[in-house]
Amino acid sequence: MSAKVRTQEEIAARVKALESMLIEQGVMTTQAIDRLVEIYENEVGPQLGARVVAKAWRDPDFKARLIEDATEACKELGISGLQGEDMVVLENTDSVHNIIVCTLCSCYPWPVLGLPPNWYKDPQYRAAITREPRKVLREAFHFTVPEEVEVRVWDSSSEMRYWVLPQRPAGTEDWTEDQLVDLVTRDSMIGVGPVAAVA
Amino acid sequence: MNGVFDLAGTDGVGPVIVPEAEPVFRPEWEKAVFPMFAMCFRAGFFGVDQFRHGIELIDPAVYLKSPYYEHWVHTVEHFGEKLGKLDPAELDRRTEYYLANPDASLPEHEDDPELLAFVEAVVPAGASAKRESDRVARFKVGDNVRVDRSAPRGHTRRARYIRGAMGEIVMAHGTFIYPDTAGNGLGENPEHVYTVRFTNAELWGADHAEPNGSVYFDVWDPYLELATPVHTAATTEGAHA
Repeated sequence: MSAKVRTQEEIAARVKALESMLIEQGVMTTQAIDRLVEIYENEVGPQLGARVVAKAWRDPDFKARLIEDATEACKELGISGLQGEDMVVLENTDSVHNIIVCTLCSCYPWPVLGLPPNWYKDPQYRAAITREPRKVLREAFHFTVPEEVEVRVWDSSSEMRYWVLPQRPAGTEDWTEDQLVDLVTRDSMIGVGPVAAVA
Repeated sequence: MNGVFDLAGTDGVGPVIVPEAEPVFRPEWEKAVFPMFAMCFRAGFFGVDQFRHGIELIDPAVYLKSPYYEHWVHTVEHFGEKLGKLDPAELDRRTEYYLANPDASLPEHEDDPELLAFVEAVVPAGASAKRESDRVARFKVGDNVRVDRSAPRGHTRRARYIRGAMGEIVMAHGTFIYPDTAGNGLGENPEHVYTVRFTNAELWGADHAEPNGSVYFDVWDPYLELATPVHTAATTEGAHA
């Protein structure tokens, strides 16, 4: 353990050096870099998962297909791809609450949630969420799961990508899909937070 | 390998800090690193399992203290050097140059329409690790299983907290690339993947576990053995007492 931790300036210089060599070898171009960044900054994110959830809330047949095979059901909405080639949706109910993590690295369902937030990749969440999930939810996310509700933590150790289908809030029976989409938070699909409050 | 990256159940690393909101990429350098995974994969640097193993090989103190995307820099360097695609001395020279001249530009280069087309295609298509195989599944949903205690030195997904633990298979997913070979450069060798449910008490002991909860962990067929049901062991023990 002799290596030293780099400063931000040192990392930036190291990255630029590496980038320059990869560009010279034709492995990367700034055009392709910019495009990939643009996709994950603006196009692929939790707004896509929210659409899937809202549709599942309104359409029982779609929900059944989503639970049977999330990958295929998402493709119906044009949602698919990298780090979500084989997805499983976990339905929250009155008696079960699901949470996702990757304790060995940082696996996350990109096609529906985009790139993971930093706390999801940091050691603290990965260390604690399998051991004391209720405590983590309470203290870090101010979110309490009732004692009588079973907590299931899904550690994404294989290439299966799990994510959570939160419960539809009461009082939204006649809401449109577009209205429902706005209720679906990223955190509710990770399982660390509620859907937005119904106004 | 046993390492600090295998974090489940580690105590004392501090609270989870959740900012109100944050951008997808924080400092600018992250935008250059993120595409290295897909583009170096295309250039034959690594498969995804090898990519992960390159991260596992980071100095443990650095692993815990460095920002996430810096881990990707380490694994790209690791495989670039190993395959002779990156000269470490040249990389160090350029690092010194950009440290002294942070605003210096990158090398002039042409756009590459094929690389751009790859980006547009790979994002929605992905690259599934699912593989056809005629391997027979040794286990089925409902089986009680135990994870074997093996601690291989190379890449594996046998997290320490599930080794030796007993659980029940709740899903069978079919056959996928086997990380214990693919991650060590030994080929795909597809194996069956199952989800195993472990109770919190099984993993942490009843005195230290949160009530009413369990952990679901995906394993490959070779990680498992059929478990002797607990009541049988207890009965046998009772008979000899």
